[in-house]
Amino acid sequence: MDVALAPETLARWQFGITTVYHFLFVPLTISLAALTAGLQTAWVRSEKEKYLRATKFWGKLFLINIAMGVVTGIVQEFQFGMNWSDYSRFVGDIFGAPLAFEALIAFFFESTFIGLWIFGWDKLPKKIHLACIWMVSMGTVLSAYFILAANSWMQHPVGYRINGERGRAELTDFWLVLTQNTALTQFFHTITAAFLVGGAFMVGISAFHLARKKHVPVMRTSLRLGLITLIIAGMGTAISGDLLGKVMFKQQPMKMAAAEALWDGEAPAPFSVFAYGDVEKGHNKVAIEVPGLLSFLANDDFTSFVPGINDVNKAEQEKFGPGDYRPNIPVAYWGFRWMIGFGMASLGVGVLGLWLTRKKFMLPPGLRTGEDEVPHLVLYKQALSPRFATWYWIVALWTMGFPLIANSWGWIFTEMGRQPWVVYGVLRTRDAVSPHVSQAEVLTSMIGFTLLYAVLAVIEVRLLVKYVKLGPPELTEADLNPPTKIGGDDKNPDRPMAFSY
Amino acid sequence: MQLHDVWFVLIAVLWTGYFFLEGFDFGVGVLTKLLARDRKEKRVLINTIGPVWDGNEVWLLTAGGATFAAFPEWYATLFSGFYLPLLLILICLIIRGVAFEYRHKRDEERWQANWEHAIFWTSLIPAFLWGVAFANIVRGVKIDDQMEYVGSLFDLLNVYSLLGGLVTLTLFTFHGAVFTSLKTVGEIRQRSRTLATRLGVLTAVLALVFLVWTQVSRGDGKSLIAMVVAVLALVGALGCNLAGREGWSFALSGVTIAAAVAMLFLTLFPNVMPSSLNEAWNLTVTNASSSPYTLKIMTWCAGVATPLVLLYQGWTYWVFRKRIGTQHIVDAH
Repeated sequence: MDVALAPETLARWQFGITTVYHFLFVPLTISLAALTAGLQTAWVRSEKEKYLRATKFWGKLFLINIAMGVVTGIVQEFQFGMNWSDYSRFVGDIFGAPLAFEALIAFFFESTFIGLWIFGWDKLPKKIHLACIWMVSMGTVLSAYFILAANSWMQHPVGYRINGERGRAELTDFWLVLTQNTALTQFFHTITAAFLVGGAFMVGISAFHLARKKHVPVMRTSLRLGLITLIIAGMGTAISGDLLGKVMFKQQPMKMAAAEALWDGEAPAPFSVFAYGDVEKGHNKVAIEVPGLLSFLANDDFTSFVPGINDVNKAEQEKFGPGDYRPNIPVAYWGFRWMIGFGMASLGVGVLGLWLTRKKFMLPPGLRTGEDEVPHLVLYKQALSPRFATWYWIVALWTMGFPLIANSWGWIFTEMGRQPWVVYGVLRTRDAVSPHVSQAEVLTSMIGFTLLYAVLAVIEVRLLVKYVKLGPPELTEADLNPPTKIGGDDKNPDRPMAFSY
Repeated sequence: MQLHDVWFVLIAVLWTGYFFLEGFDFGVGVLTKLLARDRKEKRVLINTIGPVWDGNEVWLLTAGGATFAAFPEWYATLFSGFYLPLLLILICLIIRGVAFEYRHKRDEERWQANWEHAIFWTSLIPAFLWGVAFANIVRGVKIDDQMEYVGSLFDLLNVYSLLGGLVTLTLFTFHGAVFTSLKTVGEIRQRSRTLATRLGVLTAVLALVFLVWTQVSRGDGKSLIAMVVAVLALVGALGCNLAGREGWSFALSGVTIAAAVAMLFLTLFPNVMPSSLNEAWNLTVTNASSSPYTLKIMTWCAGVATPLVLLYQGWTYWVFRKRIGTQHIVDAH
């Protein structure tokens, strides 16, 4: 059969398309839930109206986004059975449990409390209503943890044994699956990367309004919250990325050698800045390198040996039998670089922004601004000229996309870098597909999902743009007088709902 | 009772929860065209399930995830075998979720009308297809000695399963009409009761044929009891609806769903997915289940989490206990 249309290829493409698409919404959901909850907490504690307006504004964008995250997530729950039935049979005993935990604990939490939050403005006392959005936030984080524990098991299977009689892997230590360092570092890295998305989202949209001098008090507060989030998350992503890299150097040396296009092991090993190579012959034609840095990334010193692609391939051939155990090297190499490059670029924009808009006491008196003024962008002792200021706002707006690109490439890198394995060292991807699902069926579903997702993307983005431009809503009498009883105050039984579909 | 038997029961419970809860919200979706006279009434209907439909849908994800964890072979055979119907269900659920959230976010007539069509069709199609799927599971499908489904799409479309689809569709729509009569106020409440009566009679006829067919072809004593309970509850729900006892009627239409699911699972046991080719190739609670260790962990998790879920989901219904009518819906957003 034509390789391009082989069931394995199609099933992988479908998984890649639906999962990368799903993950455009997930990190924003995780981070915006917490940020909205933080803003609402500030409202409940300080009673400053700008916080409530900010909560409503970001909350609305959050809801537009989470709707897409939820519906595209449904596919993930069933796709394993549909396209990967041999995978499901082989690993279900282990892999199914975290998925079921995710549904039972996280999804119920998230979906129930989001309903209470959306419709609860006039039904719940202030603090209980606030607790609901925190519950949603907790649900999103728990959900990330369980699904990452499941993915980590595919990256580094632990706590299992092979049952030859049943022809499958069976769980022996669930606690180990949940707490192995792959799961913990991957969770740390994914959560910080999620906040990178949310921080950049807030910064970009605030910049959009501030550049137009609109909705200043709310956007000024949001800009600061976004910048701080961006910086903390950016540093967290870097630290967790380094930790995860070290774990991967030990657990999947092939993935990391591919990420560096390091064909033959070296001591000390250099970090590659640019490489162009010949995959067939197994060497680079052009390579610009920083000596010793890769040894540091792998082992915390500048001299140690790091094995190369050819070494690991040979070792795996000896262990698992003849075959090619190399992933797609250019994808791994460039995916790794796009991930780091776009991630760190957004951190850079954040640091620059926080410096430019720094607090009063660090500014010359003439440049200090009040709460309802657009902050001056001050590089050293003078404000930036309007042209450069506009430039910063535009860069900040574009930065919204950077962490999304970084996140997508991060996943493409980590999943494609594990190939040809679906469960590293245990099950090959080609042995995981559904044997009796026809090419036509997979093609139908792949095209169906892709078209549907494309249409929904257009609808979603246009809706986001509309509500971004609309800005924070004016507050009503009802907003400022939340009910004191659960179920709402019943002074007027015919009072319209505060929110209705 | 061994753990895999416990999990057979728990999977049945999860599906019961799903059909009970999303059953009425599928029904409400269908009623947007059968019952509502104008946009405002459509919105009243949609808002009766507004705060809860998402939580209801998670019962499906949990049933799916739990089947994966407790009966991996069942999960693998079912979802790779019923590929295209499941694909259609997933596409419907994707559009449906977005439709609820996005319909009101623009004021253009065409935008809102399109999403309203979407809500109707994406409620109707899954309500029908779940019946088709479960009828096929009970009837037995072409499964080979490798536990693989080897039939085609057309093998899934037979008189028995199509009847099953009609039963779930009408039953859910009836359940939804009873629900709206319980949750609305004003003229629409009266009309939903009138419509519920007609739907109830139709459901009773279809369900009786389907359940008796099931009982005669593969039932036993236990399934007969479940069948009798289902039929009596349905008649009771109809009667209470006529008598204006909306709460009782809703509870009884819920019992109908639970008893019908129980009956189907009782006729299955100890199989989970019988093979129509050879009895030796049936998927059973033993050959399709996970290891005892996994089942033990899952039992702990379900034992702790399920009561909590019921508690806070129940609380949600209590928070939104007030009836709504056209006067509660504002025009502009």
